[in-house]
Amino acid sequence: MSKFAKKRGKADPNISTASLPDIIFMLLFFFMVVTKMRDSELKLTIITPFASELTKLEEKSLVATIYVGRPIEKYRPIYGTKPQIQLNDKFAKVGQEEADIRYFMESFRTKVPESRRPQITTSLRVDGNVTMGIVADVKTALRKSGQLKVNYSAKRRPDATL
Amino acid sequence: MANKSKSKGRANNEINASSMADIAFLLLIFFLVTTTIVEDKGITVKLPPWSEEEPDITQLKTRNVYSVLVNAQNQLLVRNQPMSIRDLRKNAVEFISNPYGREDYAEKPTKAIIMLKNDRGTNYKTYLEVYNELKGAYNDLWNEASMKKYGVPYDEDKLPLAYRKAIKAEIPMVLSEAEPTAFGEEK
Repeated sequence: MSKFAKKRGKADPNISTASLPDIIFMLLFFFMVVTKMRDSELKLTIITPFASELTKLEEKSLVATIYVGRPIEKYRPIYGTKPQIQLNDKFAKVGQEEADIRYFMESFRTKVPESRRPQITTSLRVDGNVTMGIVADVKTALRKSGQLKVNYSAKRRPDATL
Repeated sequence: MANKSKSKGRANNEINASSMADIAFLLLIFFLVTTTIVEDKGITVKLPPWSEEEPDITQLKTRNVYSVLVNAQNQLLVRNQPMSIRDLRKNAVEFISNPYGREDYAEKPTKAIIMLKNDRGTNYKTYLEVYNELKGAYNDLWNEASMKKYGVPYDEDKLPLAYRKAIKAEIPMVLSEAEPTAFGEEK
């Protein structure tokens, strides 16, 4: 009887937390690898349409994103409700969208090593409720700047089987 | 002297690591908040290179051209017939493959050409839906050809490049987009 009591008294009741930092670091590294820094604040409301024939964009460093949509409420007093084109964190200037888009693509290209430049894709994140006019302008500007690989961003249709 | 050495021996020479977890947690939460896992998916398209001249389409035979018009009211006109988006895919597949050898459908898949035209007032959502259906029609055809030839479904990632090329040589996707007409532009 006394033997048992002695043993119990000596045992360390604390759970060892020595491995906790390792576990947390593992999680940390996981998140650091799989996530991408939000580089620009979205100033537009964008709800991309649904589609079923989708391709995944693999390498984030080779994707330049152009946003098209209506300004969020905060910016409406300045920009109104007309659809705008957002490049990085600025709106393209009305009247010289084409030059702005070409400059945007050109400056994106310089950041990518030369051998990988043909693989650059432009992702067009366009709100479903804008008209084709502005999208056609963006497309024309991209064609003129020689950026022909384009991806229309879309969500998977919930009922699609594929 | 003896006293000093004794205290040295007693000192705990391990660094206290209990705060390590807290620091790591802090970093973890920072990354959780500042980052987004956005899976960018969409319909990949190859735009035609820019040229000042309008392409000449007059030499094409009418039977090989599948014209799709989307107007500013988001209505569809396919080969001069109104159509709903739901029927578009089936109709396009039939047009391209022409299984019954109809006189007014494509001579063969390699000769088929799809022409898409829209107004500036067309809704982007409708446009993308139409594009999706047309791409879907080709995907269906490629899938069918792949099943027949290799017994596996067509898959951009899994099917070997040579197989994909062979299928695309048989059924090339030719989709030409005209400059949109200026109807219904938002003011």
